[in-house]
Amino acid sequence: MSDNSKLLEKIKQEAPGKVQVIPVPVGEPFAMVEKDDIREVLDYIKTARGLVFDMLVELFAVDYMGEEPRFEVVYILRSTKHNGRVIIKTKVGEEGLHTVSDLWPAADFLEREIYDMFGLPFANHPDLRRIYTDDDFVGHPLRKDFPLEGEDFDKPFVVNLEKEKAIDG
Amino acid sequence: MGIEKNVLVTSLDWVINWSRKNSLFPVTFGLACCALEMMVASSAEYDIARFGAEVFRPSPRQSDLMIVAGTLTKKMAPIVRRIYEQMPNPKWVIAYGACASSGGIFRSYSVVQGVDQIIPVDVYIPGCPPRPEALLKGIIELQKKIQKESIKDRPLISLPGKSA
Repeated sequence: MSDNSKLLEKIKQEAPGKVQVIPVPVGEPFAMVEKDDIREVLDYIKTARGLVFDMLVELFAVDYMGEEPRFEVVYILRSTKHNGRVIIKTKVGEEGLHTVSDLWPAADFLEREIYDMFGLPFANHPDLRRIYTDDDFVGHPLRKDFPLEGEDFDKPFVVNLEKEKAIDG
Repeated sequence: MGIEKNVLVTSLDWVINWSRKNSLFPVTFGLACCALEMMVASSAEYDIARFGAEVFRPSPRQSDLMIVAGTLTKKMAPIVRRIYEQMPNPKWVIAYGACASSGGIFRSYSVVQGVDQIIPVDVYIPGCPPRPEALLKGIIELQKKIQKESIKDRPLISLPGKSA
């Protein structure tokens, strides 16, 4: 594992917005960014001199039910230019975040996944709809309060072929 | 309505069922790991051709048999149903494996708990996954079932969309 504490310090010093560097006992330290600043910070560290985090490795959410704000969105970034890797986290509630799919096209599907599984909307996303579950699905499966078997588990599954035909045109 | 007609229908049934049961063309179609066992069943080792079912047709329009091999998710269910509807009559369905039969270990929000919820199933094959021999046994059982059918129930000529 590469030592990313210098990179995190650089981000903390230079990036526009409030950035905290959080050390962890075992593993990689990460940067905690305020929800309102996350878009500007990510925009900065994608292009800034000495950083250039041009690759979005992973983007996911965590549900801390009972806490406020409830969700945590995690960005894992890599710089192919400087061979660095950082983890950026932000806390967010039901209101969601601004999209980063214009910065990293890879974020398009990842944000759709978060929308599908956690119900977090992403503002200005080009095509925000469910990606894994079927279109008629109700609920967001990775939320902690979602029942494992879903709502209609005991009822037989019905295929709506009329709707399929409508999609075909 | 004399005895001659009944004798004729009975004999016709036998001949038609004999030809149907010995030329079961499955549709090339697999959902999950069970499909690999299905492929092995068509290899030289197990040789599904002994039962006339070796011609995996690439189009449902040319198929008689649908082997639903693997976990059927709710996202995939409309597509499977559509493939079934595209097959011309007469057509049969084998639910191959625990997931296709009952949902298997996936007691979950995303999995259909048995393909019989969306299409009629003739033979269920248990196992996780079932061995290729189990598929051969299932085909033999299906052949026995076909031999007992009558053309009154499955007409000689019928087009998709008329029955389901």
